Amino acid sequence: MTPAIQIDQVHKSFGAFEALRGIDLTIAQGEFFALLGPNGAGKSTLINLLAGLLRPTSGKLSVMGHDVVNDYQSARRLLGVVPQELVFDPFFNVREMLRFQAGYFGLGKENDAWVDEVIESLGLTDKAYTNMRRLSGGMKRRALIAQALAHKPPVVVLDEPTAGVDVELRQMLWEFIKRLNREGHTIILTTHYLEEAETLCSRVAMLKQGKVVALDSTHNLLNRIPGKNLRLRLAATSLPASLTPLLRSQDEGHYTFALPEVAQIEFVLSELRNADIKVEDMELIEVDLEDVFMEIVRQ
Amino acid sequence: MTGMWTLFKKEILRFWKVSFQTVAAPVITALLYLLIFSHVLASHVQVYEGVTYTAFLIPGLMMMSLLQNAFANSSSSLIQSKVMGNIVFLLLTPLSYRQFFLAFLLAAIIRGLVVGASVWLVALFFVDLPVAQPLLILTFAVLGGGLLGTLGIIAGIWAEKFDQMAAFQNFIIMPLSFLSGVFYSIHSLPPFWQKVSHLNPFFYMIDGFRHGFFGQGDIAPEISLTVVGVSFLALSWITLRLLKSGYKLRG
Repeated sequence: MTPAIQIDQVHKSFGAFEALRGIDLTIAQGEFFALLGPNGAGKSTLINLLAGLLRPTSGKLSVMGHDVVNDYQSARRLLGVVPQELVFDPFFNVREMLRFQAGYFGLGKENDAWVDEVIESLGLTDKAYTNMRRLSGGMKRRALIAQALAHKPPVVVLDEPTAGVDVELRQMLWEFIKRLNREGHTIILTTHYLEEAETLCSRVAMLKQGKVVALDSTHNLLNRIPGKNLRLRLAATSLPASLTPLLRSQDEGHYTFALPEVAQIEFVLSELRNADIKVEDMELIEVDLEDVFMEIVRQ
Repeated sequence: MTGMWTLFKKEILRFWKVSFQTVAAPVITALLYLLIFSHVLASHVQVYEGVTYTAFLIPGLMMMSLLQNAFANSSSSLIQSKVMGNIVFLLLTPLSYRQFFLAFLLAAIIRGLVVGASVWLVALFFVDLPVAQPLLILTFAVLGGGLLGTLGIIAGIWAEKFDQMAAFQNFIIMPLSFLSGVFYSIHSLPPFWQKVSHLNPFFYMIDGFRHGFFGQGDIAPEISLTVVGVSFLALSWITLRLLKSGYKLRG
């Protein structure tokens, strides 16, 4: 089957700055894929290249087998992109704007039913005739997603869709996007909320300084770091030197230790006892994607 | 075709929804010019035999309003969507650069024609205006609107902030339109300034357009038509190059 997204040896430079340094990535149809990385890693650059907002310095990108440069019209018809910023056209209401958006893709009245379905699914029915300017931030975010879906694209890219969105709306958006995925849409998302990527995405690529530094199933990535995290609240300002190699993070009296084996708890506790440090609270936590992410970014 | 048609329709609706500002306001401005200048100058100036100054003024004002509004339509739409960021929704679509150009161009021409025709309609209350060659009038109106619509697209692509757009408008469009013979015949100027006027493409648009009404002008309409037609084609070519290269729109 043709992959939803195929990226071969893509480089992108802005003057002397190399934003992307040889990206290779294949995303199959129907995948729910996450693109993670710290700020400036090149996630948005990669998305903009797929969308045709930027042109690659070298390399090839295709959407469902259509090259985004040479066959841009077919590629763009198959792709829906939700931009990161809350941008909108102040002249029109939600329904007008969505119909225009579908119209740009060559779709006419036959698509109106789908537009209405998107409006309803995203809880925009009450706002369908409201001018974009008058919508609240959360409603604008929904309209932005609706706009990317107006032409029913099989591949949907969401660039930080839940940034600055409250919990309720976030839940609603994910339910909707999960439904799209079940109905066969390929979903690619970038997010800063790693727990979202962990629960939603089957596969993850991590970017760092314009390179893919990890590409694996979420399950395998989580298994990369064995053991658990031990989080303690301690009545101490400094730790015994023997414990510092295990320390993962520290924040106002809370210390998190990475334990490759659970049995090491005993060692930690005995060292603390020897140093006469009192344990005020204790918690054992599963390794999450954030730990993997931090580990890889640190390397 | 549907894509281009949709963009054209959206561009028309965009100005029509705020027609107080985009149609009524320029008509009022043109009328004020008409009242003031005709009141002050009507008894002193007669440009052509048998044509009152007020009548002489009207085609010039019509064309000036048409040109300025054609420019305003494409340029303001582009700069606004660039500053707001919503231009991304156009750039994500399969619209080709030619379709993009044509949709903006046609909408600009329509806005110019609507404003120009409105000035005419209102002016008819004040003075009788002959129509010697209607086809010439229409040709110059469409070509003039196209020329300025194209220039508006160029300005909209180039400008990154409202400030730069205002500079383009105030330092290029305004002087060229005011110094084009809207208010006078260039024959009344000293020889040096007559020569300078011949370098102004706006002069040919106004003079050719006026020729359509009175059957006479400062120069032959064929020359004006050639200058305006060639300028329009040259600017269109430049605009299409810019759009194709993605200049300032796609990195």
